[in-house]
Amino acid sequence: MLYREAGQFKTTYGDDQAIFPIRQDRWGIAIVLAIAFVVLPAVATPYFVTSIMIPFLIYALAAIGLNLLTGYCGQVSLGTGGFMAVGAYAAYNFAVRVPELNLIVVFLLAGGMAALVGVVFGVPSLRIKGFYLAVATLAAQFFLDWAFSRIKWFTNYTPSGSVAAPPLDLFGIAINTPDRRYYLILTIVVVMALAAKNLVRGRVGRSWMAIRDMDIAAEIIGIRPWRAKLSAFAVSSFYIGIAGALWAFLHLGAWEPLAFDINRSFTLLFMVIIGGLGSIVGCFFGAAFILMVPLALNQIPLALGMPLSTAMISHLEFMIFGALIVFFLIVEPHGLARLWGLGKEKLRLWPFPH
Amino acid sequence: MGFFFEVLFGGFLAGVLYALVALGFVLIFKASGVFNFAQGAMVLFAALSLVRLMEWMPIPLALLASVAIMIVFALAVERLVLRPLVNQEGIILFMATIGVSYFLDGFAQTVWGSEIYKLDIGLPNEPVMILESVFDGGVLVNTFDLAAAAIAGVLVLVLAIFFQKTRIGRALRAVADDHQAAQSVGIPLRDIWVIVWSTSGIVALVAGIVWGSALGVQFSIALVALKALPVLILGGFTSVPGAIIGGLIIGAGEKLAEVFIGPCFGGGIETWFGYVLALLFLLVRPQGLFGERIIERV
Repeated sequence: MLYREAGQFKTTYGDDQAIFPIRQDRWGIAIVLAIAFVVLPAVATPYFVTSIMIPFLIYALAAIGLNLLTGYCGQVSLGTGGFMAVGAYAAYNFAVRVPELNLIVVFLLAGGMAALVGVVFGVPSLRIKGFYLAVATLAAQFFLDWAFSRIKWFTNYTPSGSVAAPPLDLFGIAINTPDRRYYLILTIVVVMALAAKNLVRGRVGRSWMAIRDMDIAAEIIGIRPWRAKLSAFAVSSFYIGIAGALWAFLHLGAWEPLAFDINRSFTLLFMVIIGGLGSIVGCFFGAAFILMVPLALNQIPLALGMPLSTAMISHLEFMIFGALIVFFLIVEPHGLARLWGLGKEKLRLWPFPH
Repeated sequence: MGFFFEVLFGGFLAGVLYALVALGFVLIFKASGVFNFAQGAMVLFAALSLVRLMEWMPIPLALLASVAIMIVFALAVERLVLRPLVNQEGIILFMATIGVSYFLDGFAQTVWGSEIYKLDIGLPNEPVMILESVFDGGVLVNTFDLAAAAIAGVLVLVLAIFFQKTRIGRALRAVADDHQAAQSVGIPLRDIWVIVWSTSGIVALVAGIVWGSALGVQFSIALVALKALPVLILGGFTSVPGAIIGGLIIGAGEKLAEVFIGPCFGGGIETWFGYVLALLFLLVRPQGLFGERIIERV
C-alpha cells in the first residue's frame, strides 16, 4: 500500500531516467540523508560518531570502489588494501610537501594517484582473468606494502616509518572535532556514491557489466575490453584511494603501512560479497554488517556475563566471516542488497499475495 | 662462491616448502577445477592438530589422528561447500575457498590455541659441510634441508604412483580431464572430490610437519603459504612436477634476489619478488612452465 508507484506517471524522458524513479524511494533517500546530516550528529555521542559512523562511511566508500571493479566489471581484486595505502600516502605527501593545497584537492590528487597505480596493476587484466588476475592483484598488495614500509621517501624519512596527518583545514575551518570530520566524510561519501550510482547506469557502467557477463560477446558488440577494464580499474582505484586518504587522515590520524595490509583487502572483499556484488546500496549494507560482527561479539557475551578474551573474539570473528561468506555465496550470491530488493518487491504487492 | 651456494640452498629449502603447499593446490585444481585458497589454512590446521595431539599421544597415533581430522575436514568441505556450489563459476568457488580459509584459520586457533608450538618429530637438524673438495671452505647446509627435500621427493613419488597406477588415481585423472565424461562412465564425482580433498589435506599435513619443524607451528604459516600462489603460476596450475620446479625457482630466486639485489632497494624484497617474477612469466607464457591448458585469452 505504502510502496507503490501506481499513479506516478512519467511524462518526460527526464522523469524516466531519474536515479530514483519512484517517489517513495526519493522520500526514503531524503529521510536517510536528513537523519545522517541533521539528526545523527545532534543525538549521537562522539564515541558513536568516531568509532562507528566514520569507519562505516569510509568502508562503504572503499567497498563501492571495489564493487565497481569486482561486482560490475567482474575483475576480482585482492589488492584493495594496497590501493587504499596509495591514496593515504599520496594524500600525506601532497599535504606535507605542498601545504598550501586545499584539502579537497589533496584528496582528489590522492584518488588520482591511486587511479594511476590501479591502471598500472590493471594492465595484466588485459591478458589474464579469474584467479590469475586475483594473484596479480595480490602481487600489487605485497609490492605496495613493501614500498610504503621500505622506501623512505614516501614516509618523508620519519624514523619510525609511521606518519601522522598534518592539521587539516578546509576553507579556513579546522577539521578537528568528530562532528566536523563526520560532516566532511559524509558529504564526500554521498557525492561519490551518487556519482557511482549514476556511472553504473550510464554507458561506462554498462560496458563494464557487458565485460563481466561475457567478455567475448561484449567485444563483438563493439566494447573495447582494454578500455572498459582499465577504466574500471582507474575509477575503482580512485574511489579506493580517496577512501584510503580519508581513512588515514580522518579516521586514524597517524598510521603505518600495517594499517593497509592484506586483511584490509579481504575485509573489503567480504563486505562486497555480503553486501551484494553489483550493487551500490549493498556496499553500505556490507560495510555496516562487517562492522557489526566484532561489536556484537564484544557486546553480546559481555551482556550475558561471560566476556570473551580478545584472542577468542578475533578467532570467532574469522570463523564467522568465513562461514558467512560461504553461506552468502551459496544461499544469496547477490547478498544483502538482493534481500533488500526482494523486500521491496514484496512491499509493492502487500497486502496482496500476487 | 661458497656463500652463493649457501644462499641458493637456503632458497631451495624455502622453495621445497612452497612446493609442498603448491602441491595441495595442484591436486585440488586438477581434479575439481577449484582454486583452493584455503590450502594455507589447511597446512596450519593440520600442523596445529598434529602438534597438539602429540601432547596427548605417541607420534604415530597423533599422525593417524591428524590424517583422520583432515579426512573429516574434506568430507565437511565437500558436503557443505562444494556440493551446494556445484556448477558455479570458478571465481565464485575461489571466493568460497577464501571464506573456508578464514573459517579454518579461526577454527584452528579456537580449538587448538594460538601460541607458537614447537614441533619435533625427529627430523635431523644439524649443519654439515658439503662439497669441500670443490670449493674453498665448502658449503654449509643443514641436514634438515636435505630431509625436507627427501620428504618432498618421496611425496611426489607416492603421488605419481597413486595417480598413475591405482584405480582411484585413474578415476581422478579421468575427472580432471572431463567431469561429465567421467560421470557418465560411472565415476562418482562426489567421492572423488572427498578423496582429492583428503589427499590434499594429507599433503597439507606433510607440508605442515616440514614447515612446523622449521619455523614452529604458528599462525604465520597460513600467511607464508600465500607464497605458493606465484609458484603455481610459474609451474602451471595442473602440473605436479611444475609445482616442485616452480617452487625451487621461486624459492631460490627470491633468496638470491634478497641477498644480492635487495640491499639496493632497502631489503625485504622477498615479500613480493616471487609474485613479480610470476607476473612477468605470466605475460610470456600464461599456462606456466608445465601447464596443460592454455588459459582463455581475453
